[in-house]
Amino acid sequence: MNTAITAVATSPVARAKEICAAGLPDAIRRHPGPAFGCFPVYSPFELYHAAGLLPLGLMGAGGTIDIVHADARFQSFVCSIAKTTLELGLQKRLTALEGVAFHSICDVARNLASVFRRNFPGLHVEYIHLAQNGAGDAAEDYLVSEYRRALAGLEERLKRRIGDEAIRASIRTYNRPRALMRRLYEIRAREPERVTASEAFTLVRAGTFMPPEDHAALLEGSLAEFATRRNKRMDRVRVVVEGAFCEQPPVGLIDVMEAAGCYVVDDDFCAGWRWFREDVIETGDPVRALARAYLSRSRCSSTRHDPDRPRHLELVERVKSTGAQAVVFMPAKFCEPALFDYVLFRRELEKAGVPHILIEFEEKMWTFERTRGEIETFVESLLFD
Amino acid sequence: MAEYQGVVHTKSREIMSAWYDRLAAAAKNGTPSACIMISGNCVEILRSFDIEPVFPEVNALQLAIRKQSLPLILKAEEMGYSSDNCAYVKADAGYTFGEGGPSDGKIPVPNFLVCNFVGCNVYIKWFEHSAAFLGVPLVMIDVPFLHPDGKPTEGDVRYVVAQLRKLIETCEKVTGKKFDIDRLREICALSARAGAGWARAKELCQNTPAPFDAYFDSINMMGPINVLRGTKDAADFFDAAVKEYEEMVAAKKGPLAQEKFRIVVEGPPPYPYYRQFRDLFAAWGAVAVQSTYSTVGGIWEWGFRHDPKRPLESIAELMLVNNLCNRSLLQRYEQIKRYVEEWKADALVIHSVKSCRLFSAGQGDMRDYFANQLGVPTLLVESDLEDPRYYAQAMMKNRIDAFFESLEHRKLLRRA
Repeated sequence: MNTAITAVATSPVARAKEICAAGLPDAIRRHPGPAFGCFPVYSPFELYHAAGLLPLGLMGAGGTIDIVHADARFQSFVCSIAKTTLELGLQKRLTALEGVAFHSICDVARNLASVFRRNFPGLHVEYIHLAQNGAGDAAEDYLVSEYRRALAGLEERLKRRIGDEAIRASIRTYNRPRALMRRLYEIRAREPERVTASEAFTLVRAGTFMPPEDHAALLEGSLAEFATRRNKRMDRVRVVVEGAFCEQPPVGLIDVMEAAGCYVVDDDFCAGWRWFREDVIETGDPVRALARAYLSRSRCSSTRHDPDRPRHLELVERVKSTGAQAVVFMPAKFCEPALFDYVLFRRELEKAGVPHILIEFEEKMWTFERTRGEIETFVESLLFD
Repeated sequence: MAEYQGVVHTKSREIMSAWYDRLAAAAKNGTPSACIMISGNCVEILRSFDIEPVFPEVNALQLAIRKQSLPLILKAEEMGYSSDNCAYVKADAGYTFGEGGPSDGKIPVPNFLVCNFVGCNVYIKWFEHSAAFLGVPLVMIDVPFLHPDGKPTEGDVRYVVAQLRKLIETCEKVTGKKFDIDRLREICALSARAGAGWARAKELCQNTPAPFDAYFDSINMMGPINVLRGTKDAADFFDAAVKEYEEMVAAKKGPLAQEKFRIVVEGPPPYPYYRQFRDLFAAWGAVAVQSTYSTVGGIWEWGFRHDPKRPLESIAELMLVNNLCNRSLLQRYEQIKRYVEEWKADALVIHSVKSCRLFSAGQGDMRDYFANQLGVPTLLVESDLEDPRYYAQAMMKNRIDAFFESLEHRKLLRRA
């Protein structure tokens, strides 16, 4: 698979860059079988994969598309990802998809599912309500029933049974790239000089545009390459980046952040594609395994209420465990979940004496000079305090 | 401009003030209280334990209508809230849960918070913040979003009922009282009476002229139905309201001297400029015969009633199925379509508010559906429900005048 791209690119990271630049329409074109678009943040990919569909990231279009129609559907105060995602559809770049899935992450995503349903009657539009309560609150049984409902809808659409064995196989398939992404992030936390933040981002983002087996191979190749690197550690500030879990920042912004003097030791870019802290259990009822993993083995997220792990406390813990010196809040413009969380995060970090800075972004932004200045000033205030 | 505001207005004020007095008393004497949201709420359960419900949304809208919201919003923005966050939350942060807690003694610090998460994701954030700032426990009632076929699955219902039982446990712990299902049944019977009255009042707006403005006057009834539901006061209030409106229908009276246009309004009102906004419609003789905002708490006009025989299950049904917020945008299109047809409306007015993306995100698509697909004259205007900075009277007047002028022209052409 992906032979055209393999032939021209030299290293795994370069290949990942090309795949990301080509974006979703190209990923749909490249894949010979049917594909399924997954809007952020987390989606139970295994269910679609087991149905013979390739889950692909339906995550906006950054600066690659001009908004011609979507502005008339969503107001000026709505985030860019909602508009560029809709624009992809209105410009007929998603017609080859079998369907798309949206989730209970925010009010905009929920309404976007409706707008998709009305405007693209040919697509199978799934809306999954992911549990917003703790594992002990009947949430697991509920989530199993919700996943089974989504499965039944897919079965009806595809006129095909999706058996538990197929779902277990898909869980095994996805556990591999997810474990490799965890390794990538371990390296970043331990030796950030080995992998730049934009390299890590690109490698993860590329996974949203390709089959999981290919993604695993790409990650393995990259990890092997990183192991041989002997880069010197620079005098930089170790930061955790938080807030870019849905709409993704342009790579240029991530580069600027590092160039301005940061090592990104942890972030929540493409959070849904590396949602689990451990493997999903590969035996037993696979749907229950996915539900349990969502509730108990998942990362904290601004799009999920978890009474057992308040996010603002978890962020402080993560700052400590990664040895970070500061936090860069990077919410997408108009992103309510991230902008709300900022208040509690800030309050908790100030209690713990952790410095922080707020940098709002938009996927379409293309000049970063102001941001560079802000981050440089922030970094200097920490290095020369 | 003066509209007819009869018994309903006075009585609503009376029983709502009595509730505010009870809150002030609770702030003083420590009667158990809990915060809860308006949409698809389960206030009956709190009431069965004599826990006084506090509704932060109602506090926020009162502040806006009294033109007190802006300094509180600015205070919240100093706390780190963004100009893009819901201003209801910001007003509440500034007033109630920001550092120091409620300061004027009018609202109690609640014993706990009940987040009835029905659609609005901001509800979750709002109560997470209240809980963190006030240091009180939060009970989350996660209500699965309604599916396109309008039917919750068995798993959805089981999940909600299980969480309601957990809420009951919390209420027992806080009050030291044992749960009494017969008491809940009595309360549900009172809720059913109020629901029936509210449904009948709205049905009366199918008459020409409509006896009240189903957008602007509805707030007099939204308090009793959403806040006081389950009390005798609320049930009696709706009996009186229906009586008054039936008399008005018989006498062919409406809120304005003359009803020239019948409109359906979608979206919450601009509370900081309620009066001014209303006047822009009254000037054209436009009366709202239905509104979606009046159904945020619940939709009774299609037959839903609390059921004393199945108290918990019927409470779960209100939360899952019968309120605007837990229904999809497309289900809202269908609701509006029914309103336009069955309430015989001339036009649809969409008031898009920045604060509430649940309401507003995608209203451009809604306009496309009604104007282009169904041929219903549709006006879309923008401001906010709480933040006065987003309301521009001159621009609003221009848009509304232009719309009704063209509507009048159309009517004339049709008659000719």
